[in-house]
Amino acid sequence: MLKEYRTVSEVAGPLMVVEQVEGVKYGELVEIEVSKDEVRRGRVLEADGSRALVQLFEGSAGLNLASAKVRFLGRGIELGVSMDMLGRVFDGFGRPIDGGPQIIPEKKIDINGNPINPYAREYPSEFIQTGISAIDGLNTLVRGQKLPIFSGSGLPHAALAAQIARQATVLGTEEKFSVVFGAMGITFEEADYFISDFRRTGAIERAVLFINLANDPAIERISTPRMALTAAEYLAFEKDMHVLVILSDITNYAEALREVSAARMEVPGRRGYPGYMYTDLATMYERAGRIKGRKGSITLLPILTMPEDDKTHPIVDLTGYITEGQILLARELHRKGIYPPIDVLPSLSRLKDKGIGEGKTREDHADTMNQLYAAYARGRDAKELEAILGEAALSEDDKKFSKFADEFERRYVNQGPEENRTIEQTLDLGWELLTLLPVRELKRIREEYIEKYLPDTESA
Amino acid sequence: MGEGRIVKVSGPLVIAEGLGNAKMYEVVRVSEKRLIGEIIEMRGDRASIQVYEETAGLGPGEPVYTTGQPLSVELAPGLIESIYDGIQRPLDKIKDLVGDRIERGIELPGIDYERKWHFEPRVKPGDTVEPGDILGVVQETSVVEHRIMVPHDVRGTVRTINEGEFTVLDVVATIETKDGTRDITMLTRWPVRRGRPYAEKLPPHVPLVTGQRIIDMFFPVAKGGAACVPGPFGSGKTVVQHQLARWADSDIIVYVGCGERGNEMTEVLMDFPELMDPRTGEPLMKRTVLVANTSDMPVAAREASIYTGITMAEYFRDMGYNVALMADSTSRWAEALREISGRLEEMPGEEGYPAYLGSRIAEFYERAGRTKCLGSEGREGTLTVIGAVSPPGGDLSEPVAQATLRVAKVFWGLDATLAARRHFPAINWLLSYSLYLERLEGELSKTVASDFADLRREAMRMLQEEAELEEIVRLVGIDALSIKDRLSLETAKSIREDFLHQNAYHEVDTYTSLAKQRLMLKAILDFHHMALDALEADVDFDKIMELDVRDTIARMKYVPENEEERLNSVFQEMKTAFSDLVQAAGGEEVA
Repeated sequence: MLKEYRTVSEVAGPLMVVEQVEGVKYGELVEIEVSKDEVRRGRVLEADGSRALVQLFEGSAGLNLASAKVRFLGRGIELGVSMDMLGRVFDGFGRPIDGGPQIIPEKKIDINGNPINPYAREYPSEFIQTGISAIDGLNTLVRGQKLPIFSGSGLPHAALAAQIARQATVLGTEEKFSVVFGAMGITFEEADYFISDFRRTGAIERAVLFINLANDPAIERISTPRMALTAAEYLAFEKDMHVLVILSDITNYAEALREVSAARMEVPGRRGYPGYMYTDLATMYERAGRIKGRKGSITLLPILTMPEDDKTHPIVDLTGYITEGQILLARELHRKGIYPPIDVLPSLSRLKDKGIGEGKTREDHADTMNQLYAAYARGRDAKELEAILGEAALSEDDKKFSKFADEFERRYVNQGPEENRTIEQTLDLGWELLTLLPVRELKRIREEYIEKYLPDTESA
Repeated sequence: MGEGRIVKVSGPLVIAEGLGNAKMYEVVRVSEKRLIGEIIEMRGDRASIQVYEETAGLGPGEPVYTTGQPLSVELAPGLIESIYDGIQRPLDKIKDLVGDRIERGIELPGIDYERKWHFEPRVKPGDTVEPGDILGVVQETSVVEHRIMVPHDVRGTVRTINEGEFTVLDVVATIETKDGTRDITMLTRWPVRRGRPYAEKLPPHVPLVTGQRIIDMFFPVAKGGAACVPGPFGSGKTVVQHQLARWADSDIIVYVGCGERGNEMTEVLMDFPELMDPRTGEPLMKRTVLVANTSDMPVAAREASIYTGITMAEYFRDMGYNVALMADSTSRWAEALREISGRLEEMPGEEGYPAYLGSRIAEFYERAGRTKCLGSEGREGTLTVIGAVSPPGGDLSEPVAQATLRVAKVFWGLDATLAARRHFPAINWLLSYSLYLERLEGELSKTVASDFADLRREAMRMLQEEAELEEIVRLVGIDALSIKDRLSLETAKSIREDFLHQNAYHEVDTYTSLAKQRLMLKAILDFHHMALDALEADVDFDKIMELDVRDTIARMKYVPENEEERLNSVFQEMKTAFSDLVQAAGGEEVA
């Protein structure tokens, strides 16, 4: 029988202090009996002599200092896992909310996980075809990568993430594939969009969803992504599945973290976010990857809404330092009616180089990718100049680049939410656009590829 | 050994009492799990301990054991080709022991105690030796000869010394000192927070050749110098660091991955055994030591990892080697410092960083240098330190970047705008600087070609001019420029695209020798001069721009080093092309 304490001395914001406790461990899971039929959960943030500082996941409303009973469970927060999780919807703390039965766990796993030994990692190098040109052609995703989508409020990141979840395949393989979705503080409508999309396409059968909505307890969000990743690790490294994890929205997660930090009166880092936010985010993101000798993989797509579309905001900035690139959505493209509004210039996939080329996509991929980037960058510059000085001020070459930039956005980046392009289609489209430019400007492409792949059409 | 009790656990910080006899920076074992920690503050018999492993599950009342030892690394044959965590535990052995994930409380020596090495003496019985003298050598890998030195506190006469197969714990020699006989093993220990001693520090004067054109030509670092690479995410800091670790002409590379991505260390582990060193023809791994504290590994060990790395680097420097240490990223180390400082409830300085941040950074970079090593032969060693800095939002006004800029002599400023247009390495040529430029000029003019420095100066001038001209173009359009200025713009563009831009993933372009770098730059500038002459001779500007030889120049970067003829042929092609143009222009005039 666990000891029950009625010695709560202080409740402030998401924190609670329990006095005269014995044998309390740092990080331990705590149960708080608020009333006869309501039990809430917490976690020990600090064990100081006979005093324990507890973080409350479900808020403090209705909590009475005298009557609340506190039990320390002697273990961390755990998730019971089993293959029956597939097709199910859970709340942010791992309790079923789809009306289905409780999961009978095959085993229970601490949601914090241990770091992967870098020596045991397998370098991600298998190309994932998402069917989206701006990703496949220019910011190639590979299995085991963590690639966030930096978005802004009002941009179609949900549609893009759902499209990736729907279309992602690895060429030439028929392997077990699943999606784990962790929602942190998103609206009902957004969550419903994913759930209905998964239902519509049948993806729900191989999906596990953890949903913490905007009106659910904010502090609970701190565990939600870890629940999702724990489920993903089980599926990937014990059940050999290739798991795509979508986490939305990391911004809400970081705000919950800040709330706890502020309540503890910690010395804040930038914009009030705690100094350990980098480490905290890293312990989540780094759980993506491949492990030598294991079949499965975890590919992670976190979604962030950038406050004020500011790329230097700490949440976005720290994420960018940990993840292996980023897909950046731009409001300007969205206004022009381009879907997906991926701004390819600041977007980046760091792992693309090992995932493309002969035997993976096609030999000319790397060179054309660099060329398309450089040409689009120059085209954008030319357009900027044009906006100030008028078309007449442009050199002949610059006019071509300007036209190229327009066509590139209209035909290459732009595609339908249901359009699934093969990598060949994407690469060929790239070559087709390159014919708009003088051949001598194609400096980043090896001559043999120009001869082999450049369409014969005489460019203007 | 003493024993104390935990009174408080808060993240990586544990406070214990009953440790009155412990010393500052002593290593302790925390709880029955025997987690490794280090004392970083003492108040009465209360000690604050930073714990190098995850502390979940620890609580008040559990024991803390002192060890009497400061945090040290083990130095002996077997370091090269190893991959360690932040406190020198071998990650490959950890995997063998506990599997794919790193568990807590693992105790493993940094050096394999069982393995036998062939020890070859370099002194004989009866010789007098002093600290730093080389007793003998071990061929550690095909390229590294590990020199066993007389420990820094031993001086006297060699009594016995034997050739043969020994483990690092076996006695290979005995030395008669004034305090009695000392047994010498190949293994020594050194506390990481103290720099290893040397006879004398000397100013650096030889360039570290990296094969990276913008670095070698415009912003070189000296062997024994200190350089920093600050840049926002996605600007290619890690690629720059990896490229340096691959191609720098150092004898030994120590690569510290500090709070960065796991996959980046995996990449090094995957690539380095395959990539060949252009100088020795042997795999790069044969000269490399890796220290990895990835961002998901415990934060306190991140603080230690930098010191672990630099102590090993100093050890090889003391043998008389040119050593280069890459630390990626020092910002994560500083953040670890901040986190611990916050938990100690110290009064914060700027942005929550502790007030001693600047002095810690300076101490670290000051461990770089060219030194006369201990020992009677007076050999020289160098330790070059190259630190990446990850300023939030790429804003260099933040404390870590500022403190680093005060001590590093070379600054390679990475630029997000360049990275966005895939100009790599994204080192901004207008912002960056090297304070070694003048000092290395003489050396480079001697070893490469006498016009080396002149070429660089002219190219740099063109790039500066470009920035000014661009400003004008932006205001009034390209037509406002004179033909000469337009030529300058084209030449600057050629310097940027054909010389400075370098593809790390292209098999030829990834490394360029100094001689080829000079040829490439000379070709671009010769073209400029010939074009100027041609313009004087009334040749049409557009005709010059359409010359095929421009394409030849642009593709020089892809011509392999050994095809010298092809590289040199560009100059003849250029001459012919221009004389044809001038002739044609002259002809028209006559007609």
